[in-house]
Amino acid sequence: MVHRFSKKDVNILVDSASGAVHLADKAAYDLCGVLSPPLPKDCPESARKKLSEHYSDEEILEAYQELYSLYKAGELFTSDYDGAETKMSLSGAPVKALCLNVSHDCNLRCEYCFAKTGDFGTGRRIMDFDTAKKAVDFVIKHSGKRRNIEIDFFGGEPLMAFDTVKRTVDYAKGLEEKHNKNFRFTITTNGLLLNDEITEYINREMSNVVLSLDGRKEINDHVRKTIVGTGCYDAIVPKMKRLVRLRDNKKDYYVRGTFTKNNPDFCEDIKEMLDCGFTNLSLEPVVLKKENPLSITKEDLSRVFEEYDRLCDLILEREKEGQNFEFFHFMIDLEQGPCILKRLRGCGAGFEYVAVTPEGDIYPCHQFVGMDEFILGNLNDGTFDVSLSDRFAAINFYTRKDCLNCWAKYYCGGGCSAANQSMNNDLLQPYELGCELERKRVECAIYLKARRMLDLQTDSN
Amino acid sequence: MKHLKTLSGATLKASAEKGGCGECQTSCQSACKTSCTVANQKCENKK
Repeated sequence: MVHRFSKKDVNILVDSASGAVHLADKAAYDLCGVLSPPLPKDCPESARKKLSEHYSDEEILEAYQELYSLYKAGELFTSDYDGAETKMSLSGAPVKALCLNVSHDCNLRCEYCFAKTGDFGTGRRIMDFDTAKKAVDFVIKHSGKRRNIEIDFFGGEPLMAFDTVKRTVDYAKGLEEKHNKNFRFTITTNGLLLNDEITEYINREMSNVVLSLDGRKEINDHVRKTIVGTGCYDAIVPKMKRLVRLRDNKKDYYVRGTFTKNNPDFCEDIKEMLDCGFTNLSLEPVVLKKENPLSITKEDLSRVFEEYDRLCDLILEREKEGQNFEFFHFMIDLEQGPCILKRLRGCGAGFEYVAVTPEGDIYPCHQFVGMDEFILGNLNDGTFDVSLSDRFAAINFYTRKDCLNCWAKYYCGGGCSAANQSMNNDLLQPYELGCELERKRVECAIYLKARRMLDLQTDSN
Repeated sequence: MKHLKTLSGATLKASAEKGGCGECQTSCQSACKTSCTVANQKCENKK
């Protein structure tokens, strides 16, 4: 399947199944749009006729030969990969990543919180070390030969359970050698409890830290509020700046925010983050049902798309000034990215990746917490429902029928099971609004690569 | 080529040969907790 799109005079052909991306002039771009596989050696007469008003025969035939050579090389109009099922273990997949909800309590009351302001509707509670220890034992036991094990300390606000965090890290590290595992710890925090000791600890132990900030003070404070209803911007930003300033630049960090209907002009929030000195940024659309006044709805899409385009311009502008920054959802590795098997199955929720609550309940991921019908097991009674886990392991974009005809499936991995479940009450039914946003982001990411290549060529000429 | 420039070649099908080791990062453990993306993860198997 070939996806064609044009942006700022750059015409792009994405050959979905092979991963090849080509830049075309107008003639080749238009011609590609009237072709369908299998391509014959000579340009079909019907295609030539359709374009004959706009291009000379010579141009059409020349462009066709170039398209045909890509087709023959397996870089255009390739068919979907069909070896998936023989390559993937569809049952008993190893668990290798934990979202450890060490705190089902929070010191903020954000209005869009999917965790229902911290406790996921399951009661405010901090995870004790005994439960965290069982979670580490669980992942070691279920990870098979996987060496890299990830533990993300999450919540609620995980720094409300800092003691559990520290003891869990010590415990897991103590088991690395014996079990031939490499633990990678990450933490997602709102920053309110950061102090010198915690900052130093995070910068030492966490391979990635995600700091939650929505951008401009008025935007952030409108939705990210303390328990007494005041905005948190002034309390958190100096602490985040300090953490980032002191962090080893070989280790990852992200300042991550959410945009809502309140800030379709979210480039201004990106600029605010940049003004704070942050350069690894992520800003995601809120996922809420359309009844919620903060939700992004179909009517907002064209405005959000425009803003993603503005963000591309901002990225390129800043790069020219030597002020590069990363935007997580525009990062894409066209040459050395994840293998096709990873792309087929996406995020791994429910089989490679699970979330654990303070009660020891195991869920397919952090966003499923509180949905009782999806409890996979419990660490205290030792249960783990392999058949439910296998149900998740068998999900891929072949089983999500609506994904089959989407060009972007190799980039998103078939989308988010939790969003599908909460929006459509069906794990396999894609959350279409999320898909539209993802397709736009992938287009932007590819465009940025193309623009940089063209600019480089212009500079060298 | 006069009409076309290749930005990146066909890499995906070949990646199946050595792929599936499962050592790479889980996407929601990086900087997205709500919008699934896999294409920006790094491959950990460069054999």
